[in-house]
Amino acid sequence: MADGERNSGEGYVLLSPTLVVMGLALAAPLLLMTLTSLKSQQGLSFGEGWTLAQYGAVLGKASYRALFIRSVVISGAVTAATVCLAYPIAYFVAFHARRKFLWLVALTVPFWTSYLLRVFAWKIILGFDGVINSGLMRLHLIGQPLGFLLYNPFAVVVTLAHAWAAFAVLPIYVSLEKIDRSLLEAASDLGDGAVRRFLRITLPLSLPGVIGAAILIFVPTTGDYVTPALVGGTQGTMIANLIEVEFNGVGNWPLGAALSLVSMAMVAVIAGLFVAGARAVARSAR
Amino acid sequence: MKNRGLLFYAFAYLAFLYLPVLVLPVFSFNNSEFIAFPLSGFTTRWYAALASDGAMQHALGNSLKVGIVTALLSTILGLSAARAVTRYRLRGAGAALGFISLPLFIPDIVLGLSLLLLLGAAGLPLSLAAVVLGHLLVCVPFALTVLIARFEGFDRNLDEASADLGEDGWMTFWRVTFPLMLPGIVASLLLTFITSFDEFLLAYFLSGTEATLPVYIWGQLRFPERLPMVLALGAIILGASVGLVILAEYVRNLGARKPMVGA
Repeated sequence: MADGERNSGEGYVLLSPTLVVMGLALAAPLLLMTLTSLKSQQGLSFGEGWTLAQYGAVLGKASYRALFIRSVVISGAVTAATVCLAYPIAYFVAFHARRKFLWLVALTVPFWTSYLLRVFAWKIILGFDGVINSGLMRLHLIGQPLGFLLYNPFAVVVTLAHAWAAFAVLPIYVSLEKIDRSLLEAASDLGDGAVRRFLRITLPLSLPGVIGAAILIFVPTTGDYVTPALVGGTQGTMIANLIEVEFNGVGNWPLGAALSLVSMAMVAVIAGLFVAGARAVARSAR
Repeated sequence: MKNRGLLFYAFAYLAFLYLPVLVLPVFSFNNSEFIAFPLSGFTTRWYAALASDGAMQHALGNSLKVGIVTALLSTILGLSAARAVTRYRLRGAGAALGFISLPLFIPDIVLGLSLLLLLGAAGLPLSLAAVVLGHLLVCVPFALTVLIARFEGFDRNLDEASADLGEDGWMTFWRVTFPLMLPGIVASLLLTFITSFDEFLLAYFLSGTEATLPVYIWGQLRFPERLPMVLALGAIILGASVGLVILAEYVRNLGARKPMVGA
């Protein structure tokens, strides 16, 4: 360890290129975005002086607030659905599967295809003349194609729950796999039934994986652009679509920047509250 | 009984995962411009159309270039940072790691647009180089995670033995550290390459006129008559990715089976 202390200069030299690149590509652009959000758009250029007007518009306008809320609700639903669907499979692989490695590979292979095309595949499946509708009509189960499958928040939730499944399965599997099996035996020996044992030992001990998975999914899906654009329709539009329009379509960069920063802050606050809340629940469960 | 229920669930879950993915190859061989059942015969014409599509091949070339450069740069950056935080006790190492991992917690659209602002302010054109910079943001955290895990797994005494036997720092790196790190390095290269190759949103904002493959695909999705061809492309990407994953797992297992040379 003394060796580590003596040469720590070398360590900083090794660390610095990465920090410089990330500073250049992350810190500087975010600073610039903050500055931009404090401007106002006047025609093709920015107005003189600084203003908080964009933040007033972002926080004050009901339609923006509705969009923020919808984004959070949709990606909250995505997170809950993905984690709940993934937990049993992670549990199965960790405790009951005989060929764990094969199962893990089988569960991750679908995620190595193009993200765009995976999302697009759902458009083909849920569409008006898509796989489900044409299949059901051929079986004479329905006479008319079902119109409610595509272009709504439900389609966004299904598509994202599929697209992010691996990000739930793997962290939950890792946390289940880490559980000391002797704790489970001890619980059984002391008279706990299977359900009670699960609720008192397995579930609390796997919560770190569940929380990690939830954060890994909630944060990026709140800002997802592709899925709402492809399968969301007007009712499934999310905040990233609005930000894109402000930058590329309307050309109001300060407003787009303020929307970006507010949504980032909102996601961070919700994620932080969620982690704190989940930890408190986990503590009280023990 | 409970096990059987879980097993059934496991297979149902696999079906949910694979069904949408299998749509791609199935309809890529379907002899119709409409993506609907019933299937109307087998054809390879969509693959033939793909083979004569110059714009697609150009975009593929761009994606390969960006992917390879991104993979090399992010692995080199990840390697030096991972060595720094595992080999030395640095004050502020935790904060530095947190900063480097930050892009994982920021929506891609914010990363892409803020880089767009930077390029505008610096007067730099949109280009494949800008895409590489954007991809470094999302790839360096992955590379770092993979490589730190690998560095933490190996015995520091080997480095010291090498130094005691008279090798200088550079030779120790090449003759001891690098060979031991090789599985981690290969895993990092593959992971970052695939991430970059598949990334759409950053490339969409930063690529300008030089489309990468996902940007090209995005453009094609608006034309229904070009869809089967896009599905054929998706089927090929699926096949190639599965091949890469199998290769990566094979290499990773090589490393896992003999983590220490001669130990």
